[in-house]
Amino acid sequence: MLSQADITRALTRIAHEILEGNRGADDLVVMGIPTRGVVLADRIGEVLQSISGQAVPVGAIDATLYRDDLRRQPTRAPRPTTVPSGGIDGKTVVLVDDVLYSGRTIRAALDALSAIGRPKAVRLAVLVDRGHRELPIRADYVGKNLPTSTAERIFVRLEPVDALDEVAIADERTDAHSEGGAS
Amino acid sequence: MKHLLSTADLSRDEAIQILDISEDMAAVSTHEVRKLPTLRGITVVNLFFEDSTRTRISFEAAAKRLSADVINFSAKGSSVSKGESLKDTAQTLAAMGADGIVIRHPASGAPRVLATSGWVDAGVVNAGDGTHEHPTQALLDAFTMRRRILGDSGRGRDLDGVKVMIVGDVLHSRVARSNAWLLKTLGAHVTFVAPPTLLPNGVAAFDADVFYDFDEALARVKPDVVMMLRIQQERMNDAFFPNGREYARSWGLSAARLHGLPEHTLVMHPGPMNRGLEISDEAADSPRSTVLEQVTNGVSVRMAVLYLTLAAGVTN
Amino acid sequence: MNDYLLKGATLSDGRTTDILLGPGSSGTASRAAVKALGTNLSEAGATVIDADGLLALPGLVDLHTHLREPGFEGSETVLTGSRAAAKGGFTAVNAMANSSPVADTAGVVEQVQALGDRAGYVTVRPIGAVSQGLKGTHLSEIGAMANSRAAVRVFSDDGLCVADPLLMRRALEYIKGFGGVLAQHAQEPRLTEGAQMNEGELSATLGLGGWPAVAEEAIIARDVLLAHHVGARLHICHVSTAGSVEVVRWAKSRGFEVTAEVTPHHLLLTEDLVSTYDARYKVNPPLRRSEDVEALRGALADGTIDIVATDHAPHTAEAKSCEWAGAANGMVGLESALSVVQKTMVDTGLLDWAGVERVLSAAPARIGQVSGQGQPIGVGSPAEITLYDRSVSRSFSIDDLAGKSTNSPYLERELPGRVVATFHGGYATVLDGAVVDTETVSAHAAALVGAP
Repeated sequence: MLSQADITRALTRIAHEILEGNRGADDLVVMGIPTRGVVLADRIGEVLQSISGQAVPVGAIDATLYRDDLRRQPTRAPRPTTVPSGGIDGKTVVLVDDVLYSGRTIRAALDALSAIGRPKAVRLAVLVDRGHRELPIRADYVGKNLPTSTAERIFVRLEPVDALDEVAIADERTDAHSEGGAS
Repeated sequence: MKHLLSTADLSRDEAIQILDISEDMAAVSTHEVRKLPTLRGITVVNLFFEDSTRTRISFEAAAKRLSADVINFSAKGSSVSKGESLKDTAQTLAAMGADGIVIRHPASGAPRVLATSGWVDAGVVNAGDGTHEHPTQALLDAFTMRRRILGDSGRGRDLDGVKVMIVGDVLHSRVARSNAWLLKTLGAHVTFVAPPTLLPNGVAAFDADVFYDFDEALARVKPDVVMMLRIQQERMNDAFFPNGREYARSWGLSAARLHGLPEHTLVMHPGPMNRGLEISDEAADSPRSTVLEQVTNGVSVRMAVLYLTLAAGVTN
Repeated sequence: MNDYLLKGATLSDGRTTDILLGPGSSGTASRAAVKALGTNLSEAGATVIDADGLLALPGLVDLHTHLREPGFEGSETVLTGSRAAAKGGFTAVNAMANSSPVADTAGVVEQVQALGDRAGYVTVRPIGAVSQGLKGTHLSEIGAMANSRAAVRVFSDDGLCVADPLLMRRALEYIKGFGGVLAQHAQEPRLTEGAQMNEGELSATLGLGGWPAVAEEAIIARDVLLAHHVGARLHICHVSTAGSVEVVRWAKSRGFEVTAEVTPHHLLLTEDLVSTYDARYKVNPPLRRSEDVEALRGALADGTIDIVATDHAPHTAEAKSCEWAGAANGMVGLESALSVVQKTMVDTGLLDWAGVERVLSAAPARIGQVSGQGQPIGVGSPAEITLYDRSVSRSFSIDDLAGKSTNSPYLERELPGRVVATFHGGYATVLDGAVVDTETVSAHAAALVGAP
């Protein structure tokens, strides 16, 4: 559905929109949600710096321990949370994830964020919004809206976690492979 | 992981996962809100048939930081007698809705009996059973070693090649047993040092090097870690060794032995310490000593263990 | 009482024959006996049992049974233990003295014997305590028990060792005076304080107190020397280690009057079962290493160990459903003994069926001086017979147990063979593999006793 060039274009556009919305790069912090949200956050951070000429702190916020569905799943190992040295208090935090679906991961990430500090504002950037929200959550920056059925799976593959950059879609009933970031 | 009963049950990957998650749990203590909602609505019972305030409050702190409800049940001193009491007590607590049972028991194997008997459905965490094991102590020891030796680059890594010398009452020590299995799994090299009376008859099972002479062992092994075990006072009455003076002279970590250690060698002790018996003030209070870090890390490691045994709940 | 005609049974020497059981000399019911052997015996007036393909053994004799009565009727009674014995093909059991009150007076042993006679499933021979209250300090009333109606000939503090060497010497000497034998539970008490399992690498791993082999071997060594010195007979209960075998072998090679027993569980099970902490496997002496099991099998085959004795030790469920250290020692074994001996000794080629007859019937009857038992099947021999099907195999289950307790280590294990019928005093106590009901058996027993 998305090629490497599509992904790069989408992230560049998102970076521009972030700077526009924030009126510059001051007090911006980009926090990716592991695993692929962290890759995207790194890339957005680089684009933000090249556009604004200003270093934007990038971190990672893991929401596993804040999820409300732990008991419905096999054990998940949490991933590291890394907070930039300047912290997030009073900052505008842009949360970054690969796919926005039910909204539950974002809900958990917001809780995780609030345990670390008190940002001035929190924005949400996602590469793909596939709909089917279960919570009143909306992305501020969207790479691409992909209307899907719940039977379909979205695969986001990003270097260096994966071998290549792409977004693919598969019917869960026919494609049993779940390599890459299915959401 | 439904239960944690013995470190011998852990694979290398599982052990490393526990240590890695412990890192995440440790990070929580640096957060503004030092609490996670992870085990909200889950009830953890600390079922202690034997006094151990340290272990109990460490588990309690861990469970509370994960937002679990904690019930402390001290069976010691109550009217429950041996035998039926374990079954009845456990079933009573399960009937009250305990999802997890952290058990300390004077009988070796009691946690495994609880986990496999079918009496209760709860996850069982061994908080020390008889002279058998104390798995979370070994995990927190390994976590402490990994942090001290590898620092921030420790994540995902084992203790390959680390030389750990465990000194003292190996015979009665659940800490020594759990450490021996876990350290071996993590690639460390274990040496036991003790008078022959305080080594189990079948010590070969542990695949550790054994020395009776502490000084010879230190000179030959040059350990990266010296772990001193607590000597129970009653051992002296049971003729395991003549008296405390002779024990301290031969197997205590004196100031002289401390100064003879390689520069980087860590000094560990599971606590509570008998200063002047198995460990001197100089050793206990030196910068090499990790005694207080061990206590701090205990909470993180127990959070990780409670998370892994209880968070996945019913469907695991 | 019916005559029984067992058609086409195979004797332990391989001969096939019909066996006619009936009252002894005509007109008296003194002692039921084998009236005739041969083929095509007349069926007139007899209940015919098809024994084609079945092995006929003289009724099995257990020298080491815990019947728990008086005192521990929650786990077994003389009646229920007798039923378990019959189910396992036994026609006589020797009841250990560790009841409550302890069998250390004539009153208790006579009571146990009377209960056994009334139940009527097997001959119950009480064993008298060596020391008062099993305390190991003062001799019990050995003479009174020997001269009582129970005529006790075996004395033991089983469960506890007669540890004091001087008391042991006196007991050996004193019992000799009544023609009896002392059955020693060989366990050095100081070396086994807090002992929970065999001492070795596994006990080190499991953190359970070790029961070192030397604690058994040292007592056996001491006692064979003592017995020889005072010219007394000594029997060693439940030998469990390879080292003990060596000591007994040495003593026998010197001509000492010593006999020894091994339990079925020590012939089959090993200490690794303890790693489950499942208290069904807790027993004293403990399960040992596979090397010990091999040595015990070899010793039973070559006669160093004389007999198999069950150490049938019933316990209530609550005595076993707890942590290992809190659990009681012991396993039930009467119902499974013959199958375990088949599995470990016959199916392995170590012992033939004549050998089984020796170790489970003839030799225990001789050592325990149990009259009317353990004699080869022949015309005039006592009507004490077990019919056994060697060809079947089954998963041993609760249904195979006939006593009050179910603490068998063999549940859900595959065991060969099955006792099809047991005859005691000429009447059936087991038929078609099922224990005959209590009323019928006790009526037969009463008829025998009540006959002129």
